[in-house]
Amino acid sequence: MGLLMLLHLAFFRYNPAQRANRYFAFYAGCLSLGAVGFYYSSRLPFPTLGLSLSFVGVAFALVGLSGLWTVRALYALFGFRPGRLYRGLWIICPGLIAVSVLLLQSGEGFLAFLAAVLLATAEQLRLVFRALRERRRGARIIGVGFGVALLTLLLIVGLLLAGTPAPSWLNMLSFVLSFLPPALGISLFLAREFALDSQLLQVKLGEVERLSAQTIAQEQEKQALLESQNETLETQVRERTGELQRSLTDLRTTQAQLTQAEKLASLGELTAGIAHEIQNPLNFVNNFAELSVELLTELQEEQARPAAARDAGLEDELLADLTQNLTKIAHHGRRADSIVKGMLEHSRAGTGERVPTDAARLADEYLRLSYHGLRAKDKSFNADFAAEAAPGLPPVPAQAQELGRVLLNLFNNAFYAVQQRQKAQEPGYRPRVSVRTARSADGRRLEIRVQDNGTGMNEAVRQKIFQPFFTTKPTGEGTGLGLSLSFDIITKGHGGTLAVESIPGQGTTFVVGLPLA
Amino acid sequence: MKILVVDDERDVQQLFEQRFRREIRSGELQFSFAFSGEEALQFLASQPSEAVLILSDINMPGMSGLELLRHIRQNHPAPAPPTVLMLTAYGDQQTRDQAQTLGASGLITKPVDFTALKEKLQQLNPPSA
Repeated sequence: MGLLMLLHLAFFRYNPAQRANRYFAFYAGCLSLGAVGFYYSSRLPFPTLGLSLSFVGVAFALVGLSGLWTVRALYALFGFRPGRLYRGLWIICPGLIAVSVLLLQSGEGFLAFLAAVLLATAEQLRLVFRALRERRRGARIIGVGFGVALLTLLLIVGLLLAGTPAPSWLNMLSFVLSFLPPALGISLFLAREFALDSQLLQVKLGEVERLSAQTIAQEQEKQALLESQNETLETQVRERTGELQRSLTDLRTTQAQLTQAEKLASLGELTAGIAHEIQNPLNFVNNFAELSVELLTELQEEQARPAAARDAGLEDELLADLTQNLTKIAHHGRRADSIVKGMLEHSRAGTGERVPTDAARLADEYLRLSYHGLRAKDKSFNADFAAEAAPGLPPVPAQAQELGRVLLNLFNNAFYAVQQRQKAQEPGYRPRVSVRTARSADGRRLEIRVQDNGTGMNEAVRQKIFQPFFTTKPTGEGTGLGLSLSFDIITKGHGGTLAVESIPGQGTTFVVGLPLA
Repeated sequence: MKILVVDDERDVQQLFEQRFRREIRSGELQFSFAFSGEEALQFLASQPSEAVLILSDINMPGMSGLELLRHIRQNHPAPAPPTVLMLTAYGDQQTRDQAQTLGASGLITKPVDFTALKEKLQQLNPPSA
């Protein structure tokens, strides 16, 4: 019994959820101590009768209480809630036991003890029957234990009633059989529960291991999937990057081609202006050459006359005219020459070298070129134009042909704007484009202001005009590169500024600012 | 016949004086020169009815030849509106029509064919007259 107590205490320690173990351990403890008490009560030499009696009394009390612990253990085991009946037992049984201990010497004392044991046993049996009826787990094992105990008790009672004196071994056996089987039943059940629990745990542990293995496998699978997806993505990114690179190269090529086209287009516009500009000096060269031939013929005629009839004054006049004509031919020849040179300079790529340049003269030249270029295309077009320069302007470091391109572009735009406004046939409208070259207020820059009284532009357009490919002209008329190239030439090529002011319906002013030093 | 030539190219004066040297010497033609539209108007204002024929370039900075023509037609109706011939490098129909609408007597394209010009002047001013 002591071993059973230890065993169940151990069970309880490892599985505190099963409280029946604790109660059963109490039961086993009480019973074993009681049994030990009985055993030694007759063997130990007690000095006084009182001591011996109290020793036996304690043993009785312990054995009696063990029955109550069994009841408590059964309550816990079958999951019944201990009610009033249980609490009543705890009052009645100890009372009866106390009575039995006090009346230890008499037969009534033993009856009281028996009553207590029977009450406890009755409650135990009631619980077992209820459990059996409700088919509680373990009810059968425990039921069998109680069954054996009950049969044994009935046998003893039967023997007692029959008055047959039982042999001492039978007394011993019946005592053992009446106490041990329920205890063993409960014990077996609890042990089986424990074993089942641990088995269940084992199974659960196995399941957990299997699940975690599964999870790990899934994790690895996911990892592998991620890696392969990563690889695919990287490949795609590489491919896209390659594609982008290619389209970027294509774009650059196209842009370069467009820039070239823009250069050619501006050259085309220039050519018309140049043709007109060259036409005038050429006319003079031709006319004065023809006239000179006429003058020479006249001179020869005069010289062929008899000396008396010759008019010396006329000959001198003819010679003076001839000299003048040849001077004019030379002058207009040089004029045409400088225009051709300018044209060649314009078509040539900029050297990137900035040399001291007379910006005001350049502005004047290109203003004329632009006007005549536009005139060549639209014969009905007419506009006032004027180039002004502040006196005493210093030369500005510039790439003349590039700056010329910018100015030409600004003038072309200005004339286009006034032409557009003119088309609206506003009464009293006089198209006018002017350029004024002067030092900036702080004296550190040269400012070329190109002003027109054309259509002007709204804020939305004004913000976009320096963007490449932006144009307000109808398709095919403008490449949209003029101002963007101009902007680059002035800001990147000259470290200068290109600003614009505009009022819709009133006109636009572009200001080229070039650093003087 | 007095002729006013209007052109921004100053060498035009020498050119005309030589081309028409015989006519000038004979007193058949008299030339005056103005080098802008504004100058031409000033000349006309200071010497009313001096010129009977005006030869004007169209493309000039400032006042263009056509504007000059408009001014002449508006402000100088009397005594006799001078004949105005327009000179231009752009001898297209549009310019021709425009000049005609404004009251030009004719359009001469540059480079000037002086033989043709002389004939035209003779038609306008027969030597007999």
